[in-house]
Amino acid sequence: MSRITKAFENKKAFIAFITGGDPDIETTEKLIPAMAEAGADLIEIGIPFSDPVAEGSVIQQADERALKNGCTVDKLFDMVSAVRRKTDIPLLFMTYLNPVYVYGKEKFLCRCKQCGIDGMIVPDMPFEEKDELSGECEDYGVDLISMIAPTSRERIDRIAKEAKGFLYCVSSLGVTGVRSKITTDMGEMIRRVREVTNIPCAIGFGISTPEQAAHMAQLSDGVIVGSAIVKLIGEYGRESLKPVTEYIRRLKKAIKLCL
Amino acid sequence: MKTGRFGDYGGQFIPETLMKAVKELSEAYEYYRNNADFQKELEDLLKNYAGRPSLLYYAEKMTRDLGGAKIYLKREDLNHTGSHKINNVLGQILLAKRMGKKRVIAETGAGQHGVATATAAALMDMECKIFMGQEDMERQALNVFRMELLGATVQPVTSGTRTLKDAVNETMREWSTRMEDTLYVLGSVMGPHPYPTIVRDFQRIIGKEIKEQLMLAEGKLPDIVIACVGGGSNAIGAFHEFIEDTSVKLIGCEAAGLGVDTPKNAATIANGTVGIFHGMKSFFCQDHYGQIAPVYSISAGLDYPGIGPEHAYLYDTGRAKYVPVTDAEAVSAFEYLSRTEGIIPAIESAHAVAYARKLAPTMEKDQIIVINLSGRGDKDVAAIARYKGVALHE
Repeated sequence: MSRITKAFENKKAFIAFITGGDPDIETTEKLIPAMAEAGADLIEIGIPFSDPVAEGSVIQQADERALKNGCTVDKLFDMVSAVRRKTDIPLLFMTYLNPVYVYGKEKFLCRCKQCGIDGMIVPDMPFEEKDELSGECEDYGVDLISMIAPTSRERIDRIAKEAKGFLYCVSSLGVTGVRSKITTDMGEMIRRVREVTNIPCAIGFGISTPEQAAHMAQLSDGVIVGSAIVKLIGEYGRESLKPVTEYIRRLKKAIKLCL
Repeated sequence: MKTGRFGDYGGQFIPETLMKAVKELSEAYEYYRNNADFQKELEDLLKNYAGRPSLLYYAEKMTRDLGGAKIYLKREDLNHTGSHKINNVLGQILLAKRMGKKRVIAETGAGQHGVATATAAALMDMECKIFMGQEDMERQALNVFRMELLGATVQPVTSGTRTLKDAVNETMREWSTRMEDTLYVLGSVMGPHPYPTIVRDFQRIIGKEIKEQLMLAEGKLPDIVIACVGGGSNAIGAFHEFIEDTSVKLIGCEAAGLGVDTPKNAATIANGTVGIFHGMKSFFCQDHYGQIAPVYSISAGLDYPGIGPEHAYLYDTGRAKYVPVTDAEAVSAFEYLSRTEGIIPAIESAHAVAYARKLAPTMEKDQIIVINLSGRGDKDVAAIARYKGVALHE
């Protein structure tokens, strides 16, 4: 059983996102094991990109901070290798396609495998274009995570059938970022998925409060929280270990209660 | 070949949320491209509103002065709103209307596409919001006011480099938030499928007219067609009709800024590498980690780090050639055409004029160069004065 599958076993998974290298590589290296310790079940590491089209302002600014402080894909690979010696938590890269393509797809996935990356989320590579990376991901045993959105409707069947690891269910239109309310009928979206597959479904985009997390966890198999964590890192910088782990504990508790 | 591909280039590299919107646009376009009623309405707008056909002008003084090939100028600068951008915008907004949309959004660099979009939106009763980099808004304050006069809202973009590429990012973000009543009217032959095809088809009229007009004037095809290239919409428009006519050389002029060997340029073919960005696989100015590079050109319209996928394909197959032209060469051509022919070209189009100046003297007198004069230079007068150190008080 893969590390990702295990993370969903007998529980609602809490998936935490941080931008790699924000504000610097050393902080990310400390944050990952601490977040795992605090209760995160999977961690998504965003590879900072100059033009993150699917991101709201919070993650855009994190990407800018990371790039300004010299974060590169090579430094992230080295950091992940070091982190892997400390924790067994499933790790995913969230990256736009261009950094992978320009690095060399084969070389990128090979290094993912070597340093212990379990999955990839590529927000600008929809179902129709996934051939661009699916072969390499398969060759190196890295799950290519598929996404569905409120606009996917009749596309859900096709996407869900071929999904690997878990299915990333986008809760809202627009870009990433904290929202006061999630208006999409997520129960209905997940029912459609359930008609074709039993793959775990995790809901992301807009979730920040324990109440939202608990509610979304009731409807699905897991909850993804990004901007709310990244915002804390933006505020506390190198001193963000404490506020981030406290926040994760609070959310984890809320998610656990709904089992 | 997969849909929306030019060789390996093109594609639909966008978030899942937006797939519904581009599919809806694709389907609408497939239907209306062959719809007689739609085509008739568009033809009528192009003729009676935009002022087409644009002239193909024989630049006799320039020809004599350079002492080689005969030079013709395709006068897209004479279109309503002053550039070729109106051709595409009328088509797309008409399409938006048929699709039942109430609102259009668009990116703009120098403001030409923004002004054209705001214009057509006013004509066709569409709500209109234009995204423009904060830095470009400062450089082109007059165009900002022009768009507002036309009833559009101009949204400053403060992310990233605060220029054209960031305006595209922000327009895509907005579209992914609101697509039910809104169409993204993209200004160049770039972005995800179907935009490179739609924009090309709406711009093809340029080359069709060149062919007809030159047949009437000279009874033959041109030897060379030259156009400036940023994203590449005016160039594709001028080139496309001649792709099968292999005797016609097609030359695109990229913005070399301070020089292709300096960090301050936007010469995508000369300096770029293949990547995947803004919805398409094509050439981009970027570092070896795939981070998109900040680019520079005196011309805000060419100040873009990518090039349309069909150009990438024409370059790969050798059917078209792409050459770099510096700021200094473009400014010199800007002044040259103003003085020689009494025509002030857009600084973008001046890049094409600059290369024609080099080429014409090396050619025979019975050969013909057509320069696509994509826009007029009124918008650039202040910037050229600044470049030359002339103080203006408006």
